[in-house]
Amino acid sequence: MPDIAMHLLDIVFNSIRAGAHLIRITILDSESKDALTCRVEDDGCGMDEATVEAVQSPFYTTRTTRDVGLGVPLFKEGALQTGGSFKLTSKPGTGTLIEAVYVKSNIDCPAMGDLAETLVTLIQADAQIEYEVNYTWDEGSFGLNTREIKEILDGVPINEPEIILWLKDYIREGIKR
Amino acid sequence: MKSLEDLKRIREEAKKKMTMRLDDEQKYRVVVGMATCGIAAGARPVLNELVEQVAKHDLPVTVTQTGCIGRCSLEPIVEVFDREGNKTTYVFMDAKKAKEVVERHLMRDEIIEEYTIGAAE
Repeated sequence: MPDIAMHLLDIVFNSIRAGAHLIRITILDSESKDALTCRVEDDGCGMDEATVEAVQSPFYTTRTTRDVGLGVPLFKEGALQTGGSFKLTSKPGTGTLIEAVYVKSNIDCPAMGDLAETLVTLIQADAQIEYEVNYTWDEGSFGLNTREIKEILDGVPINEPEIILWLKDYIREGIKR
Repeated sequence: MKSLEDLKRIREEAKKKMTMRLDDEQKYRVVVGMATCGIAAGARPVLNELVEQVAKHDLPVTVTQTGCIGRCSLEPIVEVFDREGNKTTYVFMDAKKAKEVVERHLMRDEIIEEYTIGAAE
């Protein structure tokens, strides 16, 4: 994965496949704390303790098309490589929380990448899922709540191409420093 | 600077286009593989280019996402289904090729043989 936004896309697809209705994405990007925290919380089917362990291994996957699953291991390694941390907690029937903290000044810290494109790709994937996104940096923050957007849309599906394109620009402007 | 107020205007435009599209049955369904393999190989810009071009040309086409198609070494993979269910599988896609698929296949019904899985194998 070339950047954090790509990892995020991959990780949130796990929440979608877990049947989540609400997904919270929180990014805390702080120069002063020299840390970039990337957190995904969902209300999907969750995992038992053994599965939480297993998904962190590349040799575990739920898919039937092949035998390896690299999403979680790559996300974890990427954060640990910078001297950061990784946390995965889950409870069957309740949901999952996954958090990676990167040390920003470390040479191995990936770039943020195109967060706007990642977010609209997720929204495009399934119009039924609600997202609460919060991106905070030292001087400001940007929030997006799909329920609020859908209220304005008044029945127009949020994943109509025109809406997706507008949202991409809206997010891009919102997170621009 | 865009505000949520602007979204109301976009909403009205989208409503008009949706009514037009209902009369016009969807002609193609385009599916992009978005598992770890697809994403790592560059599926996200491919998907976004498809969505953008379909909106730009206002095509009777649905763009959807799926998980791992099973041929990870050929990702990014884009499948195009016509109304009869015939499938064309494009492999090693990028944004530029995606634009070409829109212009030639989705708009002019021309299969681009050299990008298909058949040509790659």
